[in-house]
Amino acid sequence: MATVTHTLRRKRRRTALRTAAFMAPWLIGFGVFFAYPLVSTVYFSFTKYDGFRPPVFNGLDNWTYVFTQYPLFWPAMRNTLWLVVVMVACRVAFGLGIGLLVTRLKTGAGMFRTLFYLPYLAPPVAATLAFVFLLNPGTGPANTLLDAVGLPQPGWFTDADWSKPALTMLAVWGVGDLMVIFMAALLDVPKEQYEAAELDGAGAWQRFRHITLPNISPIILFAVVTGVIQAMQYYTQPLVAGKVAAGVIGGSGQQFEPGYPDKSTLTLPQIVYNTGFQRFDYGTACVLALVLFTLCMAFTALLMRRRGGLIGTGD
Amino acid sequence: MAQVVERKPRKPVPAGSSRTAGTARTPGPVRAARRRAVLHWIAVHSLGVAAALFFVLPFVFVLLTSLMSDQQALTRDLVPRTWQWENYTRVWDTPGFLTWWRNTLLYAGLGTLLTVVSSIPVAYALARFRFRGRRLSLLLVIAMMMLPPQVVVIPMYLFWAKQLDLSGTLWPLIIPLAFGDAFSVFLLRQFLLTIPEEYLDAARIDGCGELRALLRVVLPMAKPAIAAVALFQFFALWNDYFGPQIYASDNPAAWTLSYGLESFKGAHHTDWNLTMAATVLVMAPVIVLFFFAQKAFVEGVTLTGVKG
Repeated sequence: MATVTHTLRRKRRRTALRTAAFMAPWLIGFGVFFAYPLVSTVYFSFTKYDGFRPPVFNGLDNWTYVFTQYPLFWPAMRNTLWLVVVMVACRVAFGLGIGLLVTRLKTGAGMFRTLFYLPYLAPPVAATLAFVFLLNPGTGPANTLLDAVGLPQPGWFTDADWSKPALTMLAVWGVGDLMVIFMAALLDVPKEQYEAAELDGAGAWQRFRHITLPNISPIILFAVVTGVIQAMQYYTQPLVAGKVAAGVIGGSGQQFEPGYPDKSTLTLPQIVYNTGFQRFDYGTACVLALVLFTLCMAFTALLMRRRGGLIGTGD
Repeated sequence: MAQVVERKPRKPVPAGSSRTAGTARTPGPVRAARRRAVLHWIAVHSLGVAAALFFVLPFVFVLLTSLMSDQQALTRDLVPRTWQWENYTRVWDTPGFLTWWRNTLLYAGLGTLLTVVSSIPVAYALARFRFRGRRLSLLLVIAMMMLPPQVVVIPMYLFWAKQLDLSGTLWPLIIPLAFGDAFSVFLLRQFLLTIPEEYLDAARIDGCGELRALLRVVLPMAKPAIAAVALFQFFALWNDYFGPQIYASDNPAAWTLSYGLESFKGAHHTDWNLTMAATVLVMAPVIVLFFFAQKAFVEGVTLTGVKG
């Protein structure tokens, strides 16, 4: 009896050790590259810190400064809200439309699918450069084509009213990921439901409204929530678009007032970078990082909610 | 999903062929239905062509401009008057361009290798072991996957640059990948869950330890998922702009293509033709790789999006 519990205990310990060994990379990585820096970020957010002299505790000064006086904060938040609403709506609607179209294309389906998917793969910096060129107000092909059909030619990335729509076009161009997800969902809708509805005399719109939409609504919600998280993290495209449109020479030492034109392409991650690494105000940058953290976590929680959660944890 | 993607397109009703052209024997309603099918085919495919233009034209204009002369690139012309293929050699010979390639290959290649090796055991433990804190670990993996790098960048930068003096290199970006990557762990785990437990039980009865079971039984079955994870990570690192900007921006010898490309435009301020040629050179490897690994890629996207 005693030996039985003894071996059992030894076996249990071995199992625990084995689990720890398999999990080790993640446990170390989580501690060193996430938990520790996150705690430091919270600490620095209550200090005045320029990275050279040691941090000095200054209470809530950085926090009140960000919310009441910091000139970059609210423009960045407004832009983020704009992108969250308009860009996500356009991407989901367009992605669903393309998904529907692809499931109906009978001839050359594979070729169409590849063509629709390719832009999603284009490296963001390259795609952004391409779009700044395409939408170049004076000589860009987009305005040349608009001119040819007699439509007005916007200033795109050089006009504060048009820079965000231009970014939205760039995001919609790269909608291939959503297309694939929607395509999979659409093909999973049971065929019998459509056949039954057709026998009952339902038209195409009624079938879409009452069969397709309810069946794929979890995927739509998934696309919306992940899209919102992506929009809040939007960094490379607005930064590169602003810089290139402004004609700033990249590289070392070059200071760039982000958000060209007129702060219209400024986003939250950009001001974290600018405040920390160009203004050397690490304390304020940490406040901004924590605002970003809170927003992303709130939407991630929505994704993970146990009941009706969009990413199942599978247990 | 795999079958879905490989589904062979059905033959369209050939418009105007002898089968559809109404003969006297074809009854009226059947003929009307066929005509409707043909019209539907035409409508859907016209839409398809219109959408394809939206997706393809940017590539076409970029390519055409990359072949124009310096002067013509500053005009409204859409098609090159003389096709200047030497633009590509000019870009290739730009000082630094080759270094950026080497750095990008190092970052993306070594980073991907480290990610895969370190993420597999973690994903296996999360999918197959029952232990306390498993659910919490998984929730933390998902949470980390959703977090932008900007959230912890300030202490991380101070750690790597001030304490370890590794600023101006790509090592602060590569080393953390040896400790698992949240997205890769999550994607691999989703796949490992689909492997039937019976295979593993059989291996265990034959006296396999967990490590042997993982290496001999699970890994060969998980090849498609590993390929998808490796591809996603390779593209993510190839495309990374923020990381190199933080750690390598003050040392052009450590720039990657994504970071260098934007500076390239700065240095060649008016030369849209050269900038577009450089853009093509940065896009091309990604697109070529996609054609070789299309299936793994599409499977990966659906694995993240649909399966729970």
